Amino acid sequence: MVSELPWDSKTGTLRRDLAEGMMNPACANALEAAFQIKRRYGGDIITITMGPPMAEEVLYEATAMGADRGVLLTDPYMAGGDTFVTSHTLARAIEKECPDFDLVLCGCHTSDSETAQVGPQLAEELDIPGVAYVEQLEINNRTVRMQRLSDNFFETLEMDLPGLVTVTTQANAPRYPSLSVLETAFGKPDISILGAADLGLEPETIGVQGSPTKILDVYSSTAKKKNLIMKGTAKKIVDEVFEKFGDRISGAIKKDLKTHYHEKKP
Amino acid sequence: MNTKKRAIWVFGDYRNYFQNRVTLQLLAKANDLAPKISAEVCAVLFGQGLDQYVAEYIAHGAQKVYVVEHRSLKNYSVEKYAVLLERLANDYQPETILVGATSFGKEFAPRVAKRLGTGLTADCIGLKITEDGLLLQIAPSFGGNLLAEIITPNHRPQMATVRPGTFQEIPHNNELRGEVVRLPIQKDLPEDRVRLIANERQAQRDQRIEDAPVVVCGGRGMGSKKKFKKLFDLADLMGGEVGGTRPVVYAGWLDTDALVGQAGKHIKPKILLSFGISGAIQHTAATTEADFIIAVNKNPNATMMKMADVAVVADASQFCTALIKGLKARIQA
Ligand SMILES: Cc1cc2nc3c(=O)[nH]c(=O)nc-3n(C[C@H](O)[C@H](O)[C@H](O)COP(=O)(O)OP(=O)(O)OC[C@H]3O[C@@H](n4cnc5c(N)ncnc54)[C@H](O)[C@@H]3O)c2cc1C
Ligand SMILES: Nc1ncnc2c1ncn2[C@@H]1O[C@H](COP(=O)(O)O)[C@@H](O)[C@H]1O
Repeated sequence: MVSELPWDSKTGTLRRDLAEGMMNPACANALEAAFQIKRRYGGDIITITMGPPMAEEVLYEATAMGADRGVLLTDPYMAGGDTFVTSHTLARAIEKECPDFDLVLCGCHTSDSETAQVGPQLAEELDIPGVAYVEQLEINNRTVRMQRLSDNFFETLEMDLPGLVTVTTQANAPRYPSLSVLETAFGKPDISILGAADLGLEPETIGVQGSPTKILDVYSSTAKKKNLIMKGTAKKIVDEVFEKFGDRISGAIKKDLKTHYHEKKP
Repeated sequence: MNTKKRAIWVFGDYRNYFQNRVTLQLLAKANDLAPKISAEVCAVLFGQGLDQYVAEYIAHGAQKVYVVEHRSLKNYSVEKYAVLLERLANDYQPETILVGATSFGKEFAPRVAKRLGTGLTADCIGLKITEDGLLLQIAPSFGGNLLAEIITPNHRPQMATVRPGTFQEIPHNNELRGEVVRLPIQKDLPEDRVRLIANERQAQRDQRIEDAPVVVCGGRGMGSKKKFKKLFDLADLMGGEVGGTRPVVYAGWLDTDALVGQAGKHIKPKILLSFGISGAIQHTAATTEADFIIAVNKNPNATMMKMADVAVVADASQFCTALIKGLKARIQA
């Protein structure tokens, strides 16, 4: 929970950093899927995150659990980006840091904004096939076979590598790093830190400046009703509910209700 | 000056029509917005055998329908449809494109936006026109307790996805007339690099929670899977359906298709009984059409309690047991 309004009225952006430092749940599923693929088929796992400096924490965590290296993209110019520029920035970093990648795994959505847009847009940026909301995947030579539920259809899909999938939170059960593993891993994690200049990105093409969408305002959404508050023992409240609203309930459930009711002692 | 008439486009997502009516809902919203910027409302449809949908969209307010029909478009295809919509948008330059936030729409719209080099706001719960004639996109953000107002000032089209159930459709009207623009499929349309191997429709449930007169919704405050089960007994007694919040679905207390909220079903029962739910906007966005809400929460200040007609301060599970008992005793044999 964020108690402070995470809204920066000066720059007109959400201050995601207030909630940062914890791995996004769906990304933990994507990472778990990567571990399972590595165990079955081999490969190197590189984790990439764009965020404030403290986002490095999630890369430590991922490395501690078994990722081979991490890349942190951090730069004041990158801050406040929408999904359009986020996918652009991530794509340029992937091309620079691991141009020979086989598979890009994303979470299906983030827990704060939950647009679910970065994955599909990243596939466009990298010009590779992409499939969202994947629940199961298998790799055969250079072909990935995937299953997912899409609008009441169970779909089985295939694509050739390189490709991108976004993984749902139903796909697997992410492991958690044990404390001792975390401590030893903090010794020498292989993490590179890159800014906009390292990626050859002009400030006006990234972050809040480069974003086609602009946030005008953010406000709390609580609606209030004039209501009746009932307190006391459950039994007493139930009696009160039927006394006051018995007719309404009877109408909705299309059953007659006894109006004068007295509980009989057995 | 651009002499072409401005247009608001609605992507025709018909795969789960009749259950999924988001396209009709977006046509209604587009009709509400269009006069403010003197625009026409258009639907865009890809597939095969689309005549019934073309007629339906016109009867629900589409003034123009662009149709690309071809047997190679029979199955929904994210990549092919994205290329098609990109090309059409480049040809006709709509002001705005609205897409239903179905699973397909949520994967398809970001790719179209990217290809067109424009912005996209996800899961809008409100759309308005600003004084400057821009599309004001209102969407929940930051875990749901905040709403953000978003615009796309310098890029066109302005794009937004909207969850099914957010807007009300206009009643079917056979008198309405619309122009149908049939376009040939382009010869150089690339094959989708993702191949559809199998496609099986999931069985529909009998009574749909969307139509149930009574919905019993449970949240994390029910405490455990075992206690949550009581809600099914209560719903059975009342001829209603059980829904729940996302934590409850994630915990496996309830099937995913019974999720109530922005990411799930919108409900409009005569009575909504809400047990142990805090009332995050992603949940309550889908319960605003309930006629009468009884909320049970041990915290009297929970948002759900403020939104309820009757706010019962009690343990959710205990109150459920007492209510079942009270109902059983009162229901006339
Ligand atoms: C983009 C996005 C989309 C989302 N979509 C959805 C969606 O479609 N549907 C959805 O539901 N959520 C959705 N969520 C999650 C949503 O933000 C909330 O996290 C969720 O609705 C909270 O569920 P809850 O009320 O069960 O749990 P909590 O917020 O944890 O609330 C539990 C409540 O139970 C009360 N309680 C605890 N113990 C008891 C007791 N013994 N007796 C009585 N009351 C008790 C507490 O006071 C509290 O109010 C979405 C989130 C995001 C970011
Ligand atoms: N700043 C970021 N850095 C790295 N990956 C990201 C970032 N933002 C989004 N993603 C990826 O895109 C997925 C969907 O995010 P979103 O579109 O914000 O819901 C996430 O689960 C991540 O895999």
